[in-house]
Amino acid sequence: MTARKTLDTSLDELETKLIQMGKRAEEAVADAIESLINKDAELADKVIRHDEKMNQMDGEIQELCASLIATQQPVAKDLRKILIALRISNDLERMGDLAVDIAEVTKRVADEEWMKPLVDIPRMAEIVRTMIGDGMQSYLEENVDLAYKMAKMDDDVDHLYSQILRELFVLMIENPKVISQAMHLCFVARFLERIADHATNIGENVVYLSKAVKPDLN
Amino acid sequence: MAKDMLVQDLKAWYGTQQILKNINLKIEKNSVTAIIGPSGCGKSTFIRCLNRMHEVTPGARVEGKVWFDGINLYDPDVDPVQIRKRVGMVFQKPNPFPTMSIFENVAAGLRLNGFKDKKRIPEIVERSLRMAALWDEVKDRLHESGMSLSGGQQQRLCIARSLAVEPEILLMDEPASALDPIATGHIEELIVELKDKVTIAIVTHNMQQAARIADYTAFFLHGELVEYNQTEKIFTSPDDKRTEDYLSGRFG
Repeated sequence: MTARKTLDTSLDELETKLIQMGKRAEEAVADAIESLINKDAELADKVIRHDEKMNQMDGEIQELCASLIATQQPVAKDLRKILIALRISNDLERMGDLAVDIAEVTKRVADEEWMKPLVDIPRMAEIVRTMIGDGMQSYLEENVDLAYKMAKMDDDVDHLYSQILRELFVLMIENPKVISQAMHLCFVARFLERIADHATNIGENVVYLSKAVKPDLN
Repeated sequence: MAKDMLVQDLKAWYGTQQILKNINLKIEKNSVTAIIGPSGCGKSTFIRCLNRMHEVTPGARVEGKVWFDGINLYDPDVDPVQIRKRVGMVFQKPNPFPTMSIFENVAAGLRLNGFKDKKRIPEIVERSLRMAALWDEVKDRLHESGMSLSGGQQQRLCIARSLAVEPEILLMDEPASALDPIATGHIEELIVELKDKVTIAIVTHNMQQAARIADYTAFFLHGELVEYNQTEKIFTSPDDKRTEDYLSGRFG
């Protein structure tokens, strides 16, 4: 007879819910960027619609965690699993919101011609997407090395972010007519940079789960 | 087959002292219902009313109705002995029959209830011990004394004895309070597993235990039912301030 089967079953359920939510976050970011690149307002609408599901999943995870803390008296690693689930769920929910912000930009610029071909934003988005996937993988496997490796990618994201801003500034100075679109693209870069920070937080939580210390990976 | 139970306007007295005041509560089938509350709140009296054990005490008296499988337990025509067969009880202190073997302890439940088919007894003993998650630990020593077992094993033996007569409801009065944490954990897991087959009502003064294993929780205070709800709701957002104060240790 295994003691604490109820708690173990619920912790498995929590993990499954988080992994599902992680997949949705990754998909939301990918779709949002694809909608922007293709100026696909329909896909942007899908991202906006699907965000409601992410919010709902976040709510379910918060409720499950509260109920487990109140009824199962978790301690040590069991407690850490619940605490990080709360934080990761929050990070994923924010990623979903930022994907919606990108989708909103798509809808604003859908009828315009690009002032220049999009190069760095898709590159940045690809790294961010890998970060979310690797972050959730490191959580699933409790793989601290993968968590650190993923967090390191945040430097590349920050570097691309500065590069994009510099380039867009120059273009705005050269041609004030493009200011509106350039500002929107600046925001998109900013949203991606924020998503990468949330992914880094997932890595921090994986380290905390494993070692019970909270590193600063940002 | 597990059954539910509906308690209506239940009142109970010891002599002139009223212990329970107008309790209304439904014990849902195939679930664990925990009765919690401070000492003297009437929780033990309450479950003893559910199989007509309360009236066994001299001077004790009950009013109200308890509906079970279409009959009111307190109807004058009802035979309390028949009821106790269908609504079993496990007590705080493990009480195996001291002169009997492990096997006989479980079989005794059947024999005392007039079970005649002798050939089937070994099969029922094994099934009951398996249900009580004790079989693997005792299968090679069935003819040793029941007292040779540890406290936790003795309690599971008593649960097996209750299960042998296939009760539809099992009442438990602090079944783990005399046990160490490991044995308590085993009993708790067992309770959660048993609810598939039998409805369980458990009295516990350990509210964390109620939280861990019960689907529904009823909070009693001074002989009144203050609050009854799903355990999750009771432990995360109780409706009554008194429940919250008791659960968070701010009572009195």
